[in-house]
Amino acid sequence: MTATSWQDGVYVALKKAGVRQIAYVPDAGHSRLIELAHADNDMHVVVCTTEEEGVALAAGAHLGGQRACLLMQSSGVGNTINMIGLPTTMHAPFLTLITMRGEWGEFNGWQVPMGSATETVLKAMGVHVKRADSKDEVVDMVAASASLAFGSAIPVAVLFSQRLIGAKVFVKEAE
Amino acid sequence: MPRSDETGLDRRAVVAELLRDPADTPGGELLVVTGLGSTTYDAGAAGDRAENFYLWGAMGGAAMIGLGVALAQPTRRVLVLTGDGEALMGMGALSTIAARAPANLSIAVMDNGQFAETGHQPSHTSLGTDLAAVAAACGWKTTLTATTMAQVTTLRPRLRREVLFAVVKISPADVPRFLPPRDAAALSVRFRAALGIAAD
Repeated sequence: MTATSWQDGVYVALKKAGVRQIAYVPDAGHSRLIELAHADNDMHVVVCTTEEEGVALAAGAHLGGQRACLLMQSSGVGNTINMIGLPTTMHAPFLTLITMRGEWGEFNGWQVPMGSATETVLKAMGVHVKRADSKDEVVDMVAASASLAFGSAIPVAVLFSQRLIGAKVFVKEAE
Repeated sequence: MPRSDETGLDRRAVVAELLRDPADTPGGELLVVTGLGSTTYDAGAAGDRAENFYLWGAMGGAAMIGLGVALAQPTRRVLVLTGDGEALMGMGALSTIAARAPANLSIAVMDNGQFAETGHQPSHTSLGTDLAAVAAACGWKTTLTATTMAQVTTLRPRLRREVLFAVVKISPADVPRFLPPRDAAALSVRFRAALGIAAD
């Protein structure tokens, strides 16, 4: 990963939006963002055991006067659904960046059911969903989504499509 | 399976003692996050205040909300006051919080061994789970279980000055309903206003 990757641009967009807390359940597609967050002394980074913890953390951050962002993969979205009612009921902002599994070139069928339902269930909970398919659009999309979430105090998710992040490679060609 | 005995402490007396004199807290008024169910009613009955954020939903989220507040407000003290059922649903948060080790967050679990709100079904704490032991295993350096009011009185200042995970064994007996405000947006606005946070 070079210092000029689109993930670096996304991190800058989060910083410009005033994000001070990042919660995550790891995903390979988020690894550069997670690395940047951990290297940033001005960012509170919280690794969660399950994704709904990050939704609750973001609500607490809002109560305490800070902005937060949750990084997760599409399979984790199912774990967050009831908790997303928290920011909605509070009229608090909620921003999440979601790496997609189970779509473009997926090798592992276990990822497909939740990946296929991700957008539908988020929308069912009232989350505004944006989808980035190319690196040309992703940084602007994150910046605009952060403005929407924090400016209008609503829940917003940006999906990073599997085509954008690249399908996970389980067995390298050389092997 | 046996139900908890009925000899535990009176929950209203325990919570009133733990939340008494909230200004007697380093850094300013104690910030309190309560869990869905009876601890929300208990905290309201002890005296509604802007620095209380009551959960009327989001079961399992109280501790992580507390962590978000604690990270955002490092000079203030945060107390998560919740029940055994709510803590059990968010048990992973005990690990997450211990890993982050905030210096200004304590958790007090009012443990009656039951899901009282839904008809007194036995909870896991009366079926073998020891939440203080769980917290210790997750990395909380100081955990304790209180069974007497004298211990609760000792606990009150410690929860505001140390990083503690405390379980208080309370009676499962029903207490009169007390319903604090439940408009989450209004609760959020007044909590933030009490912290001097300007509206976005």
